[in-house]
Amino acid sequence: MAKVYIPTMLQTLTGGVKQIECQGRNVRQIIDGLEAQYPGIKARLVEDGEIRSNLAVAIDGDVARMGMLERVGETSEVHFVPAIGGG
Amino acid sequence: MTLSNQVLSEVEYNVVGKRPVRPDGVDKVTGRAQYGADVKLTGLLHAKVLRSPHPHARIRSIDTGKAEALPGVKAVITAKDLPFAALSREELGGDYNRLKFASDHMLASDKVLYKGHPVAAVAAVNAHVAESALALIEVDYEPLEAVVDVRAAMRDDAPLLHAELRTSSMGEIGDKPSNVAAHLSYEKGDVEQGFGEADVVVERELTTASVHQGYIEPHNSTAFWNTDGQLNLWTSTQGAFAVRAAVADVLRLPVSRIKVTPMEIGGGFGGKITAYLDAIAATLSQKAGAPVKQLMTRAEVFEASGPAPGSWMKVKVGAKNDGRLTAVQLEVAMDAGAYPGSPVMQAMTCAFACYDVENGKVDGYDVVVNKPKTAAYRAPGSPQAAFGVETVMDELCQQLGLDPIDFRLLNAAKEGTRRIEGPVARRIGFVECLEAARDHDHYRTPPEGENSGRGVAAGYWMNRGFQSSCVITVNFDGTVSLIMGSVDIGGTRASIAQQAAETLGIAYEDVKPMVVDTDSIGFTFITGGSRTSFATGLAAIEAAESVKAQMVSRAAKIWDAAEDDVEYADGAVRHKSDPELRLGFKDLARQLATTGGTVAGQSNVDPAGEGNSYAVHLADVQVDPDTGKTEVTRYTAIQDAGKAVHPSYVEGQIQGGAVQGIGWALNEEYYFDNSGRMMNPTFLDYRMPTSLDLPMIDTVIVEVANSGHPYGVRGVGEVPIVPPMAAIANGIHEATGLRLRSLPMTPGKILEEQWERNGG
Repeated sequence: MAKVYIPTMLQTLTGGVKQIECQGRNVRQIIDGLEAQYPGIKARLVEDGEIRSNLAVAIDGDVARMGMLERVGETSEVHFVPAIGGG
Repeated sequence: MTLSNQVLSEVEYNVVGKRPVRPDGVDKVTGRAQYGADVKLTGLLHAKVLRSPHPHARIRSIDTGKAEALPGVKAVITAKDLPFAALSREELGGDYNRLKFASDHMLASDKVLYKGHPVAAVAAVNAHVAESALALIEVDYEPLEAVVDVRAAMRDDAPLLHAELRTSSMGEIGDKPSNVAAHLSYEKGDVEQGFGEADVVVERELTTASVHQGYIEPHNSTAFWNTDGQLNLWTSTQGAFAVRAAVADVLRLPVSRIKVTPMEIGGGFGGKITAYLDAIAATLSQKAGAPVKQLMTRAEVFEASGPAPGSWMKVKVGAKNDGRLTAVQLEVAMDAGAYPGSPVMQAMTCAFACYDVENGKVDGYDVVVNKPKTAAYRAPGSPQAAFGVETVMDELCQQLGLDPIDFRLLNAAKEGTRRIEGPVARRIGFVECLEAARDHDHYRTPPEGENSGRGVAAGYWMNRGFQSSCVITVNFDGTVSLIMGSVDIGGTRASIAQQAAETLGIAYEDVKPMVVDTDSIGFTFITGGSRTSFATGLAAIEAAESVKAQMVSRAAKIWDAAEDDVEYADGAVRHKSDPELRLGFKDLARQLATTGGTVAGQSNVDPAGEGNSYAVHLADVQVDPDTGKTEVTRYTAIQDAGKAVHPSYVEGQIQGGAVQGIGWALNEEYYFDNSGRMMNPTFLDYRMPTSLDLPMIDTVIVEVANSGHPYGVRGVGEVPIVPPMAAIANGIHEATGLRLRSLPMTPGKILEEQWERNGG
């Protein structure tokens, strides 16, 4: 199962749990899995069906280019990180 | 290459890593290159923008009647002419605020939010008539209290810029209006425990001023509508597709009805991603029925295009007596200007990325203030964070009696280091940069002269990938055309052509790179984020691989051989078992016309695997105790480039970034009067360093290959602006004993610190 790191600001929804294992083959399924365990967390991560505009998902260190459709491996690490561009 | 520039190469290639002449160089130095200001169309009108004299005011009314009646005036527009004016909150739903901000940024509707905010625009037969017409537009303002300081704007009693803006804390929306648009927080480990374990803790507050990118070419745009409703734009931009998207958004047009042609660009540094003029020129052109060109003056560039944000930071670091870090913490607030969107997230991500520490916490706040909306500026957010973190780390070293490079080597991020926001670093070259700095002649030679000191600082930028497209067509004379959508700012025609030539095994001179419009190539993200040589380079490599496969197929056809029996190597195709059958690239190209026509390779990429960039800078300074003036006497910048595709241009990027950072450190700032008006919107009063102010910037290119790219390429353009401010601050401390915690470190500030220390 993928290892999902819960962002600090959402740990109030997980009772302080910082990291959980979650089943899912893509980001959408991972987030649905999180929501099933911790209701309300999806709304904090997703807006209009997409990852919130100031957030990105990193799978094994790479920012997901396909958003909710990005593949997640069996042993992947999943992080919700700030969405950033450059100059 | 000069003797003061070194390249520490691990791998040599035939074309990649060499220093050929850039394809656009001669045209640029002989005045032949076509910039936005050079665009001339039949019946061209000229536009001017009326801008707010107030930093914050309500617009009661705008009367354009007299301006419209002026002979020679062909069109006058206000926010009422933009589509947003006709759209209801019900129609836009959750998109209302976003589109209002985008539309009001082009032309203010109900409020002006900074001095220079556009309120109306005129197109006329020439610029003088347009300017005269501006004076006839009557705007009735209700001036409001302004706030330009980021900390002041965060207070509960601060004047509010947007009545409906509420703080978003990772999706949780605040219950009352606020100038704080967003708050984000990340933590790793347990910082309280980490600080508890420390033998030494240093905690400081620091501030930085707003600074401008200072590109030499002002913003410009020319718009013209075809009779079929197709909008054409010629503009100076870092991303033609970004302009297309922004104009489509504000004018509510499908992107397919807009063609953007990027002209040559006279500098951008992140400041030419935002489309300031294009929607205005397009709306004027539509109303006038003629092409419209608009150019900003230098004052408009300063007052109405995005500076890098001012910031406030509190940095806390703790370490054991042996120098091992136990905990780090940063609280940072950045001003976004008039609308949300400062690079505070980048500041949070970059702040401690040089360090491997168990316990860390970062909090960031995105805050609106009455300044022009901030724009990206070279590693946006990272220089401010590095000024805070690297000066506090220097103070920690001083308290522990440690050499600053030894301290950083002890705590350096390396492959496997988990960053505070979570992801783990891949192969990075920070340790190699530190070792190159430690071993450099500069570091082994004491600073010269009285009142002199040396500062060391490090910097990080993550670099980016994003989407790029390339097409390579083989010409019958054996050259290839390399077509791309990446605007060339820093020599990317050359760096991408080199990668194509290397992959094809042909001469660099046989690759003809060209940057084309949005209708002529697939979507390509901006030239920015230190991505272009990496991502568009990858697209060129893939397109070249496609060409190679097709050349193999064509040779097999000519020789009546199986494709599996033919291979491509060293710029030629050959039969694997018959040495008689061999065709060089040019020889085969000459036969394409009679064997099926041309060969073209095409590629669209959206790559992962961008390698992170690290830099270490050494700055020697001499401070005049009587005047407080700081002179930079020696400067060396060390950087991991992965593989420097064109070392001269990498050195140019490093030197340019360092110089911009030195200006940011010592001179540059937006200076506001008490009412929030910028007082120095000229290059005379906004003092950027010139070649007369600085020594040669020596460079060392370290090459630790990025495994995400076939030639090991990492982005290089941004990280060199990250360390200079801290390096110079640390040098000033060594020279004077003073800790400067506010940028810029002007002579006045140094004298004040000196007087305070000396008791007046």
